[in-house]
Amino acid sequence: MSRGLAIGTFLTLVFVGLACLSFLWIPYDIETLEISNKLKIPNAQNWLGTDHFGRDIFSMIMMGARTSIAVALLAVGIGIIIGVPLGLFSAARQGSFLDELTMRGNDLIFAFPSLVIAILITAVFGASAVNAIIAIGIFNIPVFARLTRAAALPLWERDFVMSARVCGKSDARISIEHILPNITNLMIVQGTIQFSLGILAEASLSYIGLGAQPPTASWGRMLADAQTLVSIAPHTALVPGLAILLTVLGLNLMGDGLRDFFDPRIRVGRT
Amino acid sequence: MIEVIPGDPASFMLGINAREDTLAALRSEMGLDQGLVVRYLDWVSGLLVGDFGNSWTYKTPVSELISDRIWVSLPLAIYALILSTLIAFPAGILAASRRGGTSDVTIMGATQLGVAIPNFWFAMILVLIFAINLRWFSAGGFSGWDNPLHGLKSLTLPATALALPQAAILARVMRSSLLDILAEDFIRTARAKGLTRRQALWRHAVQNALIPVLTIIGLQFSFLLAGGIIIEQIFFLPGLGRLIFQAISARDLIVVESVVMLLVFTVIMVNFVVDLTYAAVDPRLRNKA
Repeated sequence: MSRGLAIGTFLTLVFVGLACLSFLWIPYDIETLEISNKLKIPNAQNWLGTDHFGRDIFSMIMMGARTSIAVALLAVGIGIIIGVPLGLFSAARQGSFLDELTMRGNDLIFAFPSLVIAILITAVFGASAVNAIIAIGIFNIPVFARLTRAAALPLWERDFVMSARVCGKSDARISIEHILPNITNLMIVQGTIQFSLGILAEASLSYIGLGAQPPTASWGRMLADAQTLVSIAPHTALVPGLAILLTVLGLNLMGDGLRDFFDPRIRVGRT
Repeated sequence: MIEVIPGDPASFMLGINAREDTLAALRSEMGLDQGLVVRYLDWVSGLLVGDFGNSWTYKTPVSELISDRIWVSLPLAIYALILSTLIAFPAGILAASRRGGTSDVTIMGATQLGVAIPNFWFAMILVLIFAINLRWFSAGGFSGWDNPLHGLKSLTLPATALALPQAAILARVMRSSLLDILAEDFIRTARAKGLTRRQALWRHAVQNALIPVLTIIGLQFSFLLAGGIIIEQIFFLPGLGRLIFQAISARDLIVVESVVMLLVFTVIMVNFVVDLTYAAVDPRLRNKA
């Protein structure tokens, strides 16, 4: 295992661990406001200090990790559940009308600046975590559909697919039994990358007030709250930003590491 | 799609105490009483002749609103693109030519950080350091283009915030593309005929490595234009991003539609131009066409 993969996995596990732990225990209740205790710098009671309502920032980070991970994970889920079958289908029926339709549909989604559309979707249907998931998830669909199609096409030329066909298996069965297992590694790698992009997107949306709504904690919202306080209490802005940075960094390192791990041929020197 | 926004623009404009007949009058003035299809065709045919229609809240032509603000958003995107290229090219080339060395590892580590930084957080950090502590730049606002230097100065922090994460991506692409080229036979030939590593790199490798880099630059331009939306909010810049935000919250559909169309159109145009520049960079493509 490479050093990058180790660091990445460690960072990811820390934040997933914090999110899981938050279901069992958090240091302080984040719905209790204690104004007299506001904007404390990190100390023995509040490890990462308190915000402008006197809420414990460490507890907020734990709860925020839950939101970030849930939104990003479900958005990746949407991309995989819809995108992968579309891609498999397109590859199996290359050049067909439905293949064309799927791919042109993908081009269409790619042509729109994702952030603008995500803002539009959340603005149209109201700001909530669910709509943020849908908005981010939609842009994961073409990513997975294209990747699946591109990876599956060369596999259809291989001998083992030919023998499966000789055995009388249908295209759908070949896709599921022979193509899918061969592209799983690729999907895991891309899933990790999309997961990290999802965390960034969720943070952006909730930063501009279109993500999870209060009292649900989210890192983007913590940053938005901190914006006006940044000169008097810099830690309120630094801590959530670092949380996002480290999580995304961890996921990216893990994605890169996994790609090299699965494919020894590119272990040397690629980005 | 935007037509399905819950919330009636007419009742939004008049407030909750509006009388039913006033509402109906305003609806018919805005053309809301006509069918969806009629309004859509009206809007599309207007687009074709450059008429975006009138904004409902500002009561001015949308094209005017857009042309006012594009002089903030477009320079911001271009400024950021130049900054990102100026940072990424030397960094990528240096990393590739010293592959595995200290500078390579440092630069690649820095790009990992750059990719992971949310740009709005980076913007806040820039404000904290350069506007609040050092007082070199103002924390927000735009001084207009009357004095180009002041205008440029007020765009510097936003452009930096936009550019740095993009530069990180670009540097990685530059490096990996250059590494691929450096492994090619013609580089070995160039070295065999007596060129130094540096000469082979600059005369033969860099130009050949540009194609994937150009693709990414094209994609990034659209990202910078759209990514400006959030950055414009942070720095209180009167650009397209702020326009679209205000329009969404005021249910000013026609403005939202027009800005989105404009952004999409720009994205497609930029990608088209990028495709054309391939030929300029790679002579092989010129012959094929």
